[in-house]
Amino acid sequence: MSIWIWVVVVVVLFGLYLSWTAGRLDRLHARIDAARAALDAQLLRRAAVAQELATSQLLDPASSLVLTGAAHAARAAGQDDREVREVAESELSQALRAVFREREQLEALHELPGGDELAADLASAVRRVPMARRFHNDAVRAARAVRRQRLVRYLHLAGHAPFPMAFEMDDGAPPALDPDA
Amino acid sequence: MRIGIVCPYAWDVPGGVQFHVRDLAEHLIGRGHHVSVLAPADDGTPLPPYVVSAGRAVPVPYNGSVARLTFGFLSAARVRRWLREGGFDVLHVHEPASPSLSLLACNAADGPIVATFHTSNPRSRAMVAAYGVLQPQLEKIRARIAVSEYARRTLVEHLGGDAVVIPNGVDVGFFARAEPDPRWQGGTLGFVGRIGEPRKGLHVLLAALPAILAERPETRLIVAGRGDAEEAVEGLAPEVRERITFLGMVTDEEKARLLRSVDVYVAPNTGGESFGIILVEALSAGAPVLASDLEAFRQVLDGGTAGELFPVEDASALAEAAVRLLGDADRRAELRAAGERRVRRYDWSTVGADILAVYETVAEGEAAVREDERTARRGRAFGLGRD
Repeated sequence: MSIWIWVVVVVVLFGLYLSWTAGRLDRLHARIDAARAALDAQLLRRAAVAQELATSQLLDPASSLVLTGAAHAARAAGQDDREVREVAESELSQALRAVFREREQLEALHELPGGDELAADLASAVRRVPMARRFHNDAVRAARAVRRQRLVRYLHLAGHAPFPMAFEMDDGAPPALDPDA
Repeated sequence: MRIGIVCPYAWDVPGGVQFHVRDLAEHLIGRGHHVSVLAPADDGTPLPPYVVSAGRAVPVPYNGSVARLTFGFLSAARVRRWLREGGFDVLHVHEPASPSLSLLACNAADGPIVATFHTSNPRSRAMVAAYGVLQPQLEKIRARIAVSEYARRTLVEHLGGDAVVIPNGVDVGFFARAEPDPRWQGGTLGFVGRIGEPRKGLHVLLAALPAILAERPETRLIVAGRGDAEEAVEGLAPEVRERITFLGMVTDEEKARLLRSVDVYVAPNTGGESFGIILVEALSAGAPVLASDLEAFRQVLDGGTAGELFPVEDASALAEAAVRLLGDADRRAELRAAGERRVRRYDWSTVGADILAVYETVAEGEAAVREDERTARRGRAFGLGRD
């Protein structure tokens, strides 16, 4: 008789553990969604600032052209294809580094009317993209660690949520805008 | 923005994390944000208006030493009430990987949580065992900040994942404006730190002193910090002893004046430093810095361009470098200028903007910090949710 009591206790504890794990996964997925939205917002913001710089006539025409092309491609890449977007956003980083490779370019921008504000927006945008990306990839790693557990895999505790993927890109800031450089 | 900050260590005990939390809170308030700090404090301790007490800290053995921490049912209830009443847009916990208030806050809250990791203990068996307990709490943190590249790497090794590096802030202007004191000027070496603490390395500097005095007999050493001065100079020749001045514990103002006055600031630490705020303070005050080649120090000194490095615990290398610096005014001026450029990275204006950028990145488009329903239910089930 008493063996049945133990069986019930074990089943109940196992059920509680499963429900706790499912809840934990749920929260991790919510965290990824929030982190992805934040990363998306920061990438869009950076592309918008680059576009604004390109059309502001504060830069020389060649620099403007380089920036317009890269900013446009980054915005056009959209959210649907991660790999296409990774390439486009990396190219925007490279374009920004090429345009602002010299500190003088940034100083010249500061001296023009309206340049101060744009330079501050740019500095803030290129600083926040790597932050948002790191937070996103950190969330992805945490969710993956739980999803790799055998029990989670066999019992499909993750439901239909797609397996989370990190966002890999070159997000190096121009040296003139990098406080650590 | 409404910001809730959790300080894990007793507010009335001086320490690096407490000072950082205090300066951060005051900087953010200065920028027009609403800030509330939850910290352990004995009842009756006078607290600044932005600090809420979470009860007193109890000494417990943890990780090889005795730590004063706040935990338990009543503290958990106070954390919950503070969260409920605060309505924070973002919750910023410090040192969450220890059994403390920060861990309780992680457990009780859900939403935009930011954590700063200040130090990292070397990987221990206890840490590995704790991993399973910690992980579900730590994975609620949306953004991790490490105070140095070194702290970031140890964090990644211990807990996995990643963090952004934002150094501790210093009020550069406070040190740069301090008035030099003539009593501490003229061929002086400076040291700030606890005297009996071997990791602060005063013994290395004292071992180097006879060799420095042999070359430059007019040199003096000024030591500021708590500890037994008699014990420290035991075994030193009387003519060496009389070149040392012990100031005991000093105020922030006195420390700034000391750093403004000395010809060379020496940091002979032997380890256990994850950041090295005192170096940034010395550089802010325009003191040429001579420091042991610890990884954290090398980073603050920009690989040796903003200050000179000597091999850790190598007293003869220290003596040789100190003699050279004391005799070379041009080099000292060069280091002063390099230091002035370097510390801009560490000024609260830069560091505060970075921390706010983290807050905004995690809080944008997110609901405010809320109580974690699941743990709240558990608390109520045991009748512990009320106080």
